[in-house]
Amino acid sequence: MKIAFSSSGDSLESPFDSRFGRCRKFIIYDDAADSFEVVDNSQNLNAAQGAGIQSAQNVVKAGVAAVVSGHCGPKAFRALSAAGVKVYNCEFRTVKEAVQAFKSGGLKEADSADVEGHW
Amino acid sequence: MKIAVASGKGGTGKTTLSVALSLSAEVPVILLDCDVEEPNCHLFVGIEEDESRDVFVPIPEIDKGKCDNCGRCAQFCQFNAIASLGSSTLVFPELCHSCGGCMKVCPKGAISEKNRLIGRIGSGRRGDLSFASGTLEIGNPMSPPLIKEVLKRAESGRLVIIDSPPGTSCPMVAAVSEADFVILVTEPTPFGLHDLKIAVETVREIRKPHCVVVNRCDSGDDRVERYCAEQKIEIALKIPDDRRVAVAYSRGGTILDAMPEMRAEMRRMLNKISTKLGEMG
Repeated sequence: MKIAFSSSGDSLESPFDSRFGRCRKFIIYDDAADSFEVVDNSQNLNAAQGAGIQSAQNVVKAGVAAVVSGHCGPKAFRALSAAGVKVYNCEFRTVKEAVQAFKSGGLKEADSADVEGHW
Repeated sequence: MKIAVASGKGGTGKTTLSVALSLSAEVPVILLDCDVEEPNCHLFVGIEEDESRDVFVPIPEIDKGKCDNCGRCAQFCQFNAIASLGSSTLVFPELCHSCGGCMKVCPKGAISEKNRLIGRIGSGRRGDLSFASGTLEIGNPMSPPLIKEVLKRAESGRLVIIDSPPGTSCPMVAAVSEADFVILVTEPTPFGLHDLKIAVETVREIRKPHCVVVNRCDSGDDRVERYCAEQKIEIALKIPDDRRVAVAYSRGGTILDAMPEMRAEMRRMLNKISTKLGEMG
């Protein structure tokens, strides 16, 4: 399955971005193939509103089953839930560390938004 | 004649001045409280509301039976108020600007409009003073549609005083948009001056004749006065920093209760603005 990780760059060594709506890139990791692709999310960096909703559409379009990010606001969570995408919140230094934590089953699925909008 | 009382910085005395102007005028006045996120003119004018009306804006409603999740509505919406998520299409009502575009682009005719409550307007009258005030629903981030509804209570040929919201973003622009003249209230502090400059830029951009009123004029320094002189902006009135005003205010009184001599100053300012607008034609 495919999992989206919020990232500020386009490699596994890139810093993990704790923001979901306004991260620069998504690393879309495929755990079956142990490979990844990069989805650009930079159009949302300066969005006046609805960045989380747009980001949710981006990762849904990429076909992910889960999102791993630092935090997830209420609108993004509603959008991801509607698409059946699971959300995991965590803090890591690099995307690689987050991928490893996900693969080892060390992350807990979120059952609601963990921050207010525009945190 | 419509006069909007605005400022950059909050707490400079917009309501104080709006109420004082309204209570001093020698002609019938319509006072419109457009600071809908925290309206407070009613505390000072002592008018019982005799009418209250809910205000709604249209938002899209998607008929799931007709929608095939093609995503065109979400693609069209510049405000990200609709999300197309594969097998479902979601509306985020609080982001919608009620443009109706999603309905037009939907190839299946699956979108209709329903009403969303954004606030209410209360109004009343006492003698020559008519009053209307908007109150935004808590949690609603968008005030301009409600402000525009309050502004509809203005009547042509009457003196209308508009108490604007602070700042210089959409709510302030909406409140001053139909005014013939804007009074910018400031205070002689670094914050007051900083925000006054932004407010001046804003009213210049939308081409509104304006003047400045300096409140608590003896409390800071002379930089606001120097700025106005450089920019050739008239300072129409300076209100001293007087404890009596604060005491009156804390009891729901006006500046006219504390400093009765201000009544003549308010009339003088209204007459001057009227003459100026007359000269401009």
